[in-house]
Amino acid sequence: MREIAYEDLVKSVKAMVMHTASHLPEDALKAIEEAYNNEESEVAKSVLKQILDNAHLASSEDRPLCQDTGLAVYFVKVGEDVKVVGGSIRDAINQATEEAYKDGYLRASTCECFDRHNLKDEVGYNLPAVIHFDIVEGDKIEIEYAAKGGGSENVSRATVLAPAQGKEGIKNFVKQVISDAGPNPCPPIIVGVGIGGTFEVAAKSSKHALFREAGTPNENPVLDEFEKELKKELNNLGIGAMGMGGTQTVLAVHIEKNPCHIASLPVSVNVQCHSSRHSHITL
Amino acid sequence: MAEYHLTTPLSDEDVSKLKAGDIVYLNSTIYTARDAAHKRLVDLIDNGKELPFDLQGSVIYFVGPTPPKPGEPIGSAGPTTSYRMDSYSPILISHGQKGMIGKGKRNEAVKEACKKYKAVYFGATGGAGALIAKAIKEAEVIAYPELGPEAIRKLKVEEFPVTVINDTYGNDLYEIGRAKYEVKE
Ligand code: SF4
Repeated sequence: MREIAYEDLVKSVKAMVMHTASHLPEDALKAIEEAYNNEESEVAKSVLKQILDNAHLASSEDRPLCQDTGLAVYFVKVGEDVKVVGGSIRDAINQATEEAYKDGYLRASTCECFDRHNLKDEVGYNLPAVIHFDIVEGDKIEIEYAAKGGGSENVSRATVLAPAQGKEGIKNFVKQVISDAGPNPCPPIIVGVGIGGTFEVAAKSSKHALFREAGTPNENPVLDEFEKELKKELNNLGIGAMGMGGTQTVLAVHIEKNPCHIASLPVSVNVQCHSSRHSHITL
Repeated sequence: MAEYHLTTPLSDEDVSKLKAGDIVYLNSTIYTARDAAHKRLVDLIDNGKELPFDLQGSVIYFVGPTPPKPGEPIGSAGPTTSYRMDSYSPILISHGQKGMIGKGKRNEAVKEACKKYKAVYFGATGGAGALIAKAIKEAEVIAYPELGPEAIRKLKVEEFPVTVINDTYGNDLYEIGRAKYEVKE
C-alpha cells in the first residue's frame, strides 16, 4: 500500500487552489482569444479584450481574476492501493481550501441557506468544500479542482425528459436554458451537458463535463458531432460577450452521457462562465 | 456607439445624452452596495431617516470585492448580477440616484424608473475584477461594516469603464444587441 503524508496532500492542494484563482488555464485563454478574433460586434470585441487584459493582469500581478472566487469544487479519484497517513483526505482538502482562500485574500462565499449568514467563522473560511469522491484501481490520488462562481451556477438547470423527446428534446432544453440565461452567467461560456443516468447522475455529469479541456474533442464521435451542432445553434442566439450582442457566446459544449432507465431521459445543463478556473493534480 | 467621460454626481443632462451601447468612463465618487445594503437603504427611506450618503446624482456599484491585500485600497472588484437589486432600485432612483453599475438583465420596473426619473443602468465586464480594481484609487467603508464584502463603500474612481445597457429612453442593449446578431433558422 502506497502512503502519502497528510501534510503533503494539504500543501499540493493549497498551491493548486491559490494558483487557479489568479491564473486562467491555457485552454480557456486560447478559446477566448479565438472568440476575440472571430467576433463581429465592436461592443462584444471590446468586452473580450477586457477579459483578456484582465487575465494577463491577474496572472502577472497575482490578483484574483474575479471577485467571486467561487465555491471550491473537487472531483477526487482515490486509488484502492494508496493511503493518506496523518488524517483523512476530506480533512486535507478542506484544510487546503481554507488556507488557500485565507492566505490568497480570496473571498469566502459559503453561507447558510435561509438566513444567508456567511459560514466563515463557524464552519471555516469558504468551507465546506464540495467534494465528489470516486474509488478506482491503482495507487494514485487524482484531484480535479474548479473555483465555481455563483453567476453561472444560478442559470444551470436539470430536467427529466420523456424518452420519445430524444436528441431534439435535449437540444431544445439546452437552447432554452442558455437563451433564458442571456447576459447573466458572464458569457462567453462553456456549456456542460449531462445526459442519462439518474436525476443526480445527470447533474453531476454536467458539472464534470466542465472539467474537460476546452477545445479537445469528445472521445465519442457521435457526441463530438452533437457538441459541434449545439455550439453552432447556441451561438446563433446572438447573446455575445456579457450579453451585449455578438456571434461568440459559447466557447465550447461538453457532453457526458450515461446509460439510463428505459422510462426516462434525464438532462442537466451546468454553465461555466469565461472565468473557467480549473486545474488538476495527480499524487 | 459614442464614448463619454463623466464625473459624478451625474445630472439629468449627463444621463440624457447617453444611449444604450455607449461606452462611458466614470470619474470621482461612486458607492458600493449589494442586496443586504440596498434593503437597509430602502428601510431608511421608508422610515424617513437620513441615508449614509447623498443619493442626489449618485452612482451605485453592485459589487462584493475580495479582501484587499496589505497596502491596497481594494481587492478584485467586478460587478455582481443585478436582478437581486431590482426590487430596491426604483425606490432609490425616485429619490435621486442617477446610475447603477452591475451585470445582467433588469426588470421592467427598473427600466420604467430609468425613463421616468432619468437614470441609467451601466454594465461592467463580469469576471474582469482585477482590471476594474485598477480604476479604483481609494475605498472607504462608510456604513454597515458588519456586512463584510457587502458593506457600503465610498470609492474614488478614475476612468472606470462601463457600457450603457438601459438608457433614459427605454432602450435595452441586451435586447438590441442580441436581435442584431440572432440567426433565425
Ligand atoms: S459568473 Fe464567473 S466571471 Fe461572472 S462574476 Fe461570477 S464567477 Fe465572475
